Amino acid sequence: MQEIIAQPWHWSVSGILIAAVMFLLLYAGKEFGVSSNLRTLCTIAGAGRRHQFFDIDWRAQRWNLLFVAGSVIGGFLAFYFFSSPQPVRVSGETVDYLQSVGIAAPGPAGTPWSYVPAELFAPDEIFTLRGFLVLVAGGFLVGIGARWAGGCTSGHAISGLSNLQLPSLIAVIGFFIGGLLMSWLILPLILQF
Amino acid sequence: MRYLIYLTIGILFGFVMTKSEAISWFRIQEMFRFENFHMYGIIGTAVVVGTIGIAVAKRFGLTAYDGSALRLKPKDLTIPRYLYGGTIFGLGWALTGACPGPMFTLLGQGIWAIGVVILSSIFGTYAYGALRHRLPH
Repeated sequence: MQEIIAQPWHWSVSGILIAAVMFLLLYAGKEFGVSSNLRTLCTIAGAGRRHQFFDIDWRAQRWNLLFVAGSVIGGFLAFYFFSSPQPVRVSGETVDYLQSVGIAAPGPAGTPWSYVPAELFAPDEIFTLRGFLVLVAGGFLVGIGARWAGGCTSGHAISGLSNLQLPSLIAVIGFFIGGLLMSWLILPLILQF
Repeated sequence: MRYLIYLTIGILFGFVMTKSEAISWFRIQEMFRFENFHMYGIIGTAVVVGTIGIAVAKRFGLTAYDGSALRLKPKDLTIPRYLYGGTIFGLGWALTGACPGPMFTLLGQGIWAIGVVILSSIFGTYAYGALRHRLPH
């Protein structure tokens, strides 16, 4: 059983299970949206005293904080106990391109650099200009963009599109405009630092 | 005790995010470079299954466990907030290779630098709350 689960999953299995997570939350009387927790964390930190946007009852969001805590645990379990026997099989074209800009291929499964590149995520990278841009500026853009758009991948690309919401389609188009600009134009410049 | 169900669903989510490899920075680059179908397959399958499920739930009037209506609020139709906010989000997604779900999932795998991304995203969220009235919606 453990070996079967540890194998790399076909994308359709992953997609069905993500939809299942959304349905489980709906059945539990809630909605699927991870980035809302970032707002709740601001509220807990006291941002509601300065800005009305954060003046909400965070206790009503406790369920979502627990969901996020669960996702940390789920990541831990999958990584340490159900690691794939082989590295992430990214397309050869992507690997070749990334190597040409100084990013090594995904590391062996179960090692820290199996899912993220050491060149950007090693702890000492935080103190380089390149690492700072990726980690700090990148995180900032995700946070401000998600709230401005009223949701992230889970809220718009999965829940919103499944509920045939046109605003979510516009948001997803935005995700791709930004993502394409970054991957094709801006990231290559940042990686030169 | 009731809250344990949300923790459990979250564990499933983190597990699926990891095994789907959607948490991989490499997979996100590959997606935005159109060099593999993997991520499109995941999101596409989730949306197709989700759309059918929600349509069935609406057709047959299915409710949450306690009989309340499913939380499927329609979103107000405007364009600027979704287009501009979405684009900013996409820039960050392609840079960090992580949207908010995977950020937390990676934390469980000892990728401590992702903690910097999470803190920055909280700060970004705060910036939105502070600047909200000046941003087009």
